[in-house]
Amino acid sequence: MRKTLLQKVWENHAVRTLPTGQTQLFIGLHLIHEVTSPQAFDMLRARGGTVAFPNRTFATVDHIVPTLNQTRPFLDVLAEEMMSALEKNTREFGIPLYDISSANQGIVHVIGPELGLTQPGMTIACGDSHTSTHGAFGAIAFGIGTSQVRDVLASQCLAMEPLKVRRITVNGNLRPGVYAKDVILDIIRRLGVKGGAGYAYEYGGDTFDRMTMEERMTVCNMSIEGAARVGYVNPDDTTFKYMEGRPFAPQGNDFAKARDWWRSLASDAGASYEDVVLMDAAAIEPTVTWGINPGQSVGVSEKLPSPADVRADERASVAEALEFMSFRGGMPIAGTKIDVAFIGSCTNGRISDLREAARLVKGRHVATHVQALVVPGSQSVRKIAEQEGLDKIFTEAGFEWRGAGCSMCLAMNPDQLQGRQICASSSNRNFKGRQGSPTGRTLLMSPAMVAAAAVAGEIVDVRQVLQRDEVHA
Amino acid sequence: MDSRFIDKVSGRGIPLRGHDIDTDRIIPARYLKSVTFEGLETHAFEDDRKQLAERGQLHAFSNPRYAGAKVLIVNGNFGCGSSREHAPQALQRWGIRAVVGESFSEIFFGNSVALGMPCLTVSAGDAEALLSAVESNSQAEVTVSVADQSVSVNGTKYQAVIPAGAREAFTAGTWDATGLLLDDFDRVREVAKSLPYVSGF
Repeated sequence: MRKTLLQKVWENHAVRTLPTGQTQLFIGLHLIHEVTSPQAFDMLRARGGTVAFPNRTFATVDHIVPTLNQTRPFLDVLAEEMMSALEKNTREFGIPLYDISSANQGIVHVIGPELGLTQPGMTIACGDSHTSTHGAFGAIAFGIGTSQVRDVLASQCLAMEPLKVRRITVNGNLRPGVYAKDVILDIIRRLGVKGGAGYAYEYGGDTFDRMTMEERMTVCNMSIEGAARVGYVNPDDTTFKYMEGRPFAPQGNDFAKARDWWRSLASDAGASYEDVVLMDAAAIEPTVTWGINPGQSVGVSEKLPSPADVRADERASVAEALEFMSFRGGMPIAGTKIDVAFIGSCTNGRISDLREAARLVKGRHVATHVQALVVPGSQSVRKIAEQEGLDKIFTEAGFEWRGAGCSMCLAMNPDQLQGRQICASSSNRNFKGRQGSPTGRTLLMSPAMVAAAAVAGEIVDVRQVLQRDEVHA
Repeated sequence: MDSRFIDKVSGRGIPLRGHDIDTDRIIPARYLKSVTFEGLETHAFEDDRKQLAERGQLHAFSNPRYAGAKVLIVNGNFGCGSSREHAPQALQRWGIRAVVGESFSEIFFGNSVALGMPCLTVSAGDAEALLSAVESNSQAEVTVSVADQSVSVNGTKYQAVIPAGAREAFTAGTWDATGLLLDDFDRVREVAKSLPYVSGF
């Protein structure tokens, strides 16, 4: 029988069928961080339990870390308390921790791949919904809650319902100025923020074949924003090349064996899918969200919808979003004035994102009314960027160059919007209040679009900036 | 928790209209800065409540009519976004024992199962009927039957759905999965051993 990668990985990790009919699934890699794990360790202790496979869990700190002053103890006593709890818990149970003083520290979904912890064919769980990122490697990776973190600590397993697979095939070349971020924003716009419920998304087609691993991570990262808890790309030579030489990747002769195994896990030609969606890459524009969920987006040349333009069951949502944003239906998104520009997050805080943003701001300056931040996804990304001189390009252009962490994606650290500020953001969520101010407003877009907006002080079409550069080059 | 076995939840209802209500709205991220779940209930929907109050409107979770309600009635894609268990924790600590709606995010649903708080789906039409019923009579008794997959109010019974695995977990009292997952640990070790990335390529 021809199988999908999901089926193969699922079968490899199935322990047994539980009396509930669910599958008991072995979790190959468990990643934890300071926000969703302390209660899990307390529950484990209260039950007298222990960690079943301490060498299959890795910890780092990302959500609450300040990006300006990282001296311990943190100035925020609550953040310091969470940091201390993670240190105590990982020490007590023998779990490796990459803390703020480690060169390996960073956003959990950035460091997993960097270190080679994330590998094809694994099951990966983490108390964070953006765990879908790791699917870029052909892993089955998904977010879980704290009680499930407890279950994985105690048993290295989860009770899981089966998933259907939707194949999303995108063919064609992305036009200049259109990025992986635009592809996933467009997918979510078409299929809806609840369209992926019950599905794993398998991303295929020549557009994804040509993408780098970092681009694939951006796409898989936001699967959850379309309600698909899992999103993956079949492993191929691009994947294997990325894996080679990573600290936790198989080394020497093992690597060749691993590569053969990984290759065998890719979906078989002719495997059957519960649903198939076809898209044309060339039709995708730089995309910007205008509302309060990631599906509320338009191409940068388009105008915002009015409640009258949409299906009856979407009218209330569109009206609510327009009201919250203080936008009007029919207005263009281009020209929207911004107050803050944020480049970073597990979606777009990797070195290729920073390189592209730096290319756009080099020799230019951030608009005087804009506060612009670059927050590298990890200490390693920060170090590489500094070696390449990107930090200088950013600071000379008026950006603030910060330490690694989640920062203004969810604003659990001091990096927060104030009042009604509008932020051009390379992150993943534009929910009400997401960036720290209950009334703050978020426009999601690619890092290149954020860079262009920071300079112009308003939303502009990055393609025009790139064309100007070409003329002058 | 009253009991491990959850066949049925009965109590007054609380209506919350709107699609795609994400977990950042249920519990804003600033309240995740804690090493316990204690006290989360006081911050449930805090920003939404405040913003409505500023416009002279009353959020259901601020409305004294619904104080003490046990059954939350919602629309579609409830609990989307962040995987924070803090969201169902805040609702459960507020007093909610079951949620009925058009659809739920999978992570929210799974977290709720792990807390012993069943989430049942109903059709859009029935969700509207249930919201209206509770809005017009906040004292009405709403009965959510997990075993029977139904929701009843004012003598009308609505068909509901809860996937078989979760249904079994509630009715058999195994929604707290840790014990179940440790039952056959030898088999867990065997699976680990069979995986090349665990035992060596």
